Amino acid sequence: MVDQRDEFISEAQEIIEGLARDLLALDASVKRKEGADHELINDTFRAVHTLKGLSSLFGVARMSTLSHHLEDLLDEMRLGRVELTPKVLDVLFRAVDVYGQILAALRAGEPEPARSVDELLAELDSSVSRPQGGSANPLAEYDLDPGLLAVLTEYEEHRLRTNLQQGVGLFVIRVRFDLATIDGALDNLKSRAKPHGEILTYLPSGEGGDAESIDLDVLLASRQSLDVLRTELAGPNVQIEAVARRMQHRAVSEPPVTTFGGEAPRITTPPAAPEDTSLFAPRTQSGKEGFSGTTPRQAVSAVMMEEEPPPLVDVPRPGLSIRGVAQTVRVDIRKLDHLMNIVAELAIVRSALSRITDRVRGAPELRELGIELHRLHRGLDRHLGDLQSGILEVRMVPLGQVFDKLARVVRQISREHDKEVNLVITGAETEVDKLIVEELSDPLMHMIRNAIDHGIESRRQRDDRGKPETGTIALNAYQKGNHVVLEVQDDGAGIDEDKVLATAIRRGLVTESETAAMLQRDVLGFIFMPGFTTKDGVDELSGRGVGMDVVKTNISKLGGVIDVHSELGIGTKMTVTLPITLAIISALVVVIAGRRYALPLASVLEALVFDPATVRTIEQREVMTLRGATLALCRLDAFFGLPRPASANSSIRRFVVVVGVGNHRLGCVVDQLIGQQDIVIKPLGKSLDGVRGFAGATELGDQHVGLVIDAPAIVEEILAAGDASRLLGARRPTGATGGEA
Amino acid sequence: MARVLVVEDSAAMRAFVRAALEDESSHDPIEVTEASSGFEALRLLPRGPYDCVVTDVNMPDINGLELVNFIRKSEHHKQTPLIIISTQASERDKQRGIALGADSYLAKPFEPEDLRMLVRAHLDKRARR
Repeated sequence: MVDQRDEFISEAQEIIEGLARDLLALDASVKRKEGADHELINDTFRAVHTLKGLSSLFGVARMSTLSHHLEDLLDEMRLGRVELTPKVLDVLFRAVDVYGQILAALRAGEPEPARSVDELLAELDSSVSRPQGGSANPLAEYDLDPGLLAVLTEYEEHRLRTNLQQGVGLFVIRVRFDLATIDGALDNLKSRAKPHGEILTYLPSGEGGDAESIDLDVLLASRQSLDVLRTELAGPNVQIEAVARRMQHRAVSEPPVTTFGGEAPRITTPPAAPEDTSLFAPRTQSGKEGFSGTTPRQAVSAVMMEEEPPPLVDVPRPGLSIRGVAQTVRVDIRKLDHLMNIVAELAIVRSALSRITDRVRGAPELRELGIELHRLHRGLDRHLGDLQSGILEVRMVPLGQVFDKLARVVRQISREHDKEVNLVITGAETEVDKLIVEELSDPLMHMIRNAIDHGIESRRQRDDRGKPETGTIALNAYQKGNHVVLEVQDDGAGIDEDKVLATAIRRGLVTESETAAMLQRDVLGFIFMPGFTTKDGVDELSGRGVGMDVVKTNISKLGGVIDVHSELGIGTKMTVTLPITLAIISALVVVIAGRRYALPLASVLEALVFDPATVRTIEQREVMTLRGATLALCRLDAFFGLPRPASANSSIRRFVVVVGVGNHRLGCVVDQLIGQQDIVIKPLGKSLDGVRGFAGATELGDQHVGLVIDAPAIVEEILAAGDASRLLGARRPTGATGGEA
Repeated sequence: MARVLVVEDSAAMRAFVRAALEDESSHDPIEVTEASSGFEALRLLPRGPYDCVVTDVNMPDINGLELVNFIRKSEHHKQTPLIIISTQASERDKQRGIALGADSYLAKPFEPEDLRMLVRAHLDKRARR
């Protein structure tokens, strides 16, 4: 049952994401004052319909209730009885959020959020408006054949009636499909038919002559003429006929076979259906039971063909059977993590193998064995690399997933704020590790809130400054090497550096004399300080106790960095650079006391030559001065309790790697810098869970397994938390551990 | 072994139905074949025979009613017991389903036992014929 529930949650998630996309598209069409796309409305109906069915089966009561009400609303909307107004759209967008809350609660094993559901339900009723002036469906006179109507769902029936009401012609396309290739062939037909009208339904008929093919009657409503359709949709197994309206035959008491429109040609009955009658046969004779005799399959084929169907062109291929049906598989990301872990293990095995290979090759009497072993090793190396990149690829999802959510946020906030904002998205197809995408949405949302709140000016201000009334927020994503770059750019007021500096000075973050030498980057860096705001009052939008510092922390957690550029009066650009995957990180490989270690590059700020002469001791802690600021030092060999090799000589050149975590900086003294390398981190395992200072182990180059240093943990241990929230360095390190005795 | 074809566009719902039907230590176990659309059902039907077909109504393209109609008209499957499962338990749909030749109509949500009993009943009836 657990698996089923997971399946339910992930399917519900997908449906809700699709629903949100459809609503955005509907919103766009309403804004353009086009009529709402009925297909989109039907899609939204189907979404909540499925949600209702699923949630009731899985006992998710609130979700079921909510879906039930939404289904009713959307059902009426698709049947043309309720109008799609911006107000209704608002409620529907809210519903997407509430669905999200419910799913989040389910995932966390918490009860469903009752209040938000109840509030939304209350709002549902008040927002509905029905079109004025008579029934939306005054089509009773069309009186379609009950045999046809019997197989139509209510919605399909509504679409049929609507099309007929608008004077759109009705056509039947009879197609014979090879069952083995029906999906592709059908998609092809759909895409060709779509520009010419609306496909109302597909009626499967007979079984063809054999088990490998099937005839379908596709009911198409189109304003094109029969000739045009015959040309446009021509194909080897396609026949197209126009269907006449029963209206024209109502007075006719002749046999119900003469059903074609003006051109009414002779009708040849297809051999498969000897007792054919008209699609719109009068029901006078049989009354209520009429349709049990007149089936839709027979009814439609009556108006089908003037000539015999041409012979099948596709040769049936019995071998091509049901395979290829399900082309996607949902996988728990933990399973992928597990696979990645095995790859890391294999890489370590590979290293050991490489060592043995070298030894064997070094022995002259084993030369041939050595060559063979070397070749095998190279093969293993290559395949292991392929395996690793294959697994990484599976973890990748397009950023579009999170962008859709942002588009909704923009819409909502700009409405709340009475600012017209246009969101322009590029690079939604850029792929990033699934885990990163999930963690990205909150920081991005906050950045966008900021851009609308602090960036985009009010309509009047924009007008005064000669800017277009509608502000623009550009959300760009693109890949750059092993990283993905995300930009949030607005054409708003820009950040006032003087104001930022004034606030920073007032809060004692920097002295007036220090500000002279500061670059724009340093000044704007203040906005990432906890609680930093140049606004006086707490704003409802951005000032929810969450500031840019939290955004920065979240981005850093993902191994990313955030930069800000701004021009006063022109706009602001926030740039987030992220690794493509969390499974592989870039690291700086260093040597400490003769052993190799990896320092994740995300926390490394810079590396410089260690000059013991600059070291001072303040409060029993070693510090040095770096560009005028005090930098706390940590000798990692002593910190890890590693014995200095006997050969160690204080005159040998050593290095300081400056690591930064949040606002804190720490200089780590190491013996050697080897270089940058992409590594796969393997956890140390449960028994070593309590060991602090290491994020895991990894394979470093050909022959080395090394530990990955957990820079944040070390910084935290060395510098007591809460100390010295100075941007440019910690002045009073108070940690008591580590350091040299 | 009895074979049941389940036609349903929701994967979670298919999993639910599969669990309901297969979760039984019977002397006559049920083998479930899943179709995620009406078209897939059309493709799978010739691979039968199936002893029972369980179908949803609201599906894109070919809906469940059309499928019922097709099966009832087809030479090979017209005797196959048909069960409609749908949230649209409105009288209209129910009547239509039955009029088209469905043997039973089960409204979602249902208990796994209900579906299992219903399918069993049709299988037994068929076996007696």
